[in-house]
Amino acid sequence: MVEPILKVEDIHKAYGKTEVLRGVSLHVLPGEVIVIIGPSGTGKSTLLRCINLLTPPDKGRVWLEGVEVTDKATDINKVRERIGMVFQDFNLFNHLTALQNVRLALIKVKGMPVKEATDKAMMELEKVGLGDKADNYPAELSGGQKQRVAIARSLAMEPKVMLFDEPTSALDPELIGEVLEVMQNLAEEGMTMLIVSHEMGFAREVADRIIFLEGGVVVEDGPPEQLFTKPQHPRTREFLHKLTELYGEHAESRTRRRRR
Amino acid sequence: MDYFIRCLKFILPAAEVTILVTVASLALGVLFGLLLAVARIYGRPGVRLAAALYSRVVRSLPSLVMIFIVFFTMVSVVPGASPLVMAVVALGACTTAYQSEIFRGAIQSLGSGQMLAARSLGMSRAAAIRFVIIPQALRLAIPAWSNEAAIVLKDSSLASAVGTVELLRRSQHIAAANHHYLPAYLACALIYFCLTFLTNRVLDAAEKRFRLRT
Repeated sequence: MVEPILKVEDIHKAYGKTEVLRGVSLHVLPGEVIVIIGPSGTGKSTLLRCINLLTPPDKGRVWLEGVEVTDKATDINKVRERIGMVFQDFNLFNHLTALQNVRLALIKVKGMPVKEATDKAMMELEKVGLGDKADNYPAELSGGQKQRVAIARSLAMEPKVMLFDEPTSALDPELIGEVLEVMQNLAEEGMTMLIVSHEMGFAREVADRIIFLEGGVVVEDGPPEQLFTKPQHPRTREFLHKLTELYGEHAESRTRRRRR
Repeated sequence: MDYFIRCLKFILPAAEVTILVTVASLALGVLFGLLLAVARIYGRPGVRLAAALYSRVVRSLPSLVMIFIVFFTMVSVVPGASPLVMAVVALGACTTAYQSEIFRGAIQSLGSGQMLAARSLGMSRAAAIRFVIIPQALRLAIPAWSNEAAIVLKDSSLASAVGTVELLRRSQHIAAANHHYLPAYLACALIYFCLTFLTNRVLDAAEKRFRLRT
């Protein structure tokens, strides 16, 4: 029996009177790729932020590699070094070049010498195919390139788990593929990933498990074939049906194009 | 015309004092204005309130009144202090309040994503403020800040009221000595215009050089 790398237990979070998460529990095994789907406003992003405590949960506990993240005695900054996060709107540091974005935390958090950090940052940028953009500022990059820099910035810290919060939702359709490709490569390398996404084609192909979240609880949790072909819960069926109506085969064709 | 030139020559050396008062006040303002802005956004509730209160009170007072308050406080507390130092303290205290508003606006316009991204990489709040928030806020603040710099430059003339011999005071001297007023003040005005013009040009260049593109 493999120990889960990440454990989430009974997470509750409310904003004022609105309960966004109402007891979410989750075990993530090393190397597992989990895609979280669900209608907007059901707490998918909040759940990710509760895992690295960017949004502290009201109740519940989180463990990373057996260490309780939610324990008051745990140094949260140390934990966050090991949990990468990628945001919907990239959040690159606009005053820094791509290279400086990737190496900033290496220098300021890990205390790496500038030379070493620069080499490492360059390597990460090359990995996402942006070695030639190292000296460009975020304003000079396309959305897809920005998101790839953001991914490189997270990966440079050598995280154990990566959280993706709707990484392609702010992108023009033609730029989504390049970001998904980077994520797929990452998955194939064995990175443990939690992804909030509406890219069903991608989810189907890359995910080991799909979690359907609605109303602040996990409605269904299973392998992609099960969720997409014979969902157990009527709400899951309804949601997937709506998505197909909206996007049709669009999401699927994107993946196919990417694979060529 | 001859007298006007004489006035210019007589007044011009005092530009040094005017520049000194302006630069020193602005420097105090940047330092404490930034601190105050950070305190107001990231501080505990009590700290936030105190910072907001300072800004509110000081911005409600005329700079000249501040100068007199500081002057008569310091005269009794630090008897030897020069009027120039007192003027700098008073004007610095004023511009601190205005600059804190400028920096606060700049920080708030950054949005929360920058802080979240920095924290997600394991940076402490202090590190995120120092390496991510402030460098960007300073760039965003340049246009409003250059306006404030021009205001402080002109407000430095108020230092004459407590006996600092800067441009205006010097103008009063030569005007009174000759009982010939208007040319002296026109000469003074011309020097202020040149200084302000120069300041604006320098800061415009800085704005172009450091503009934050998003």
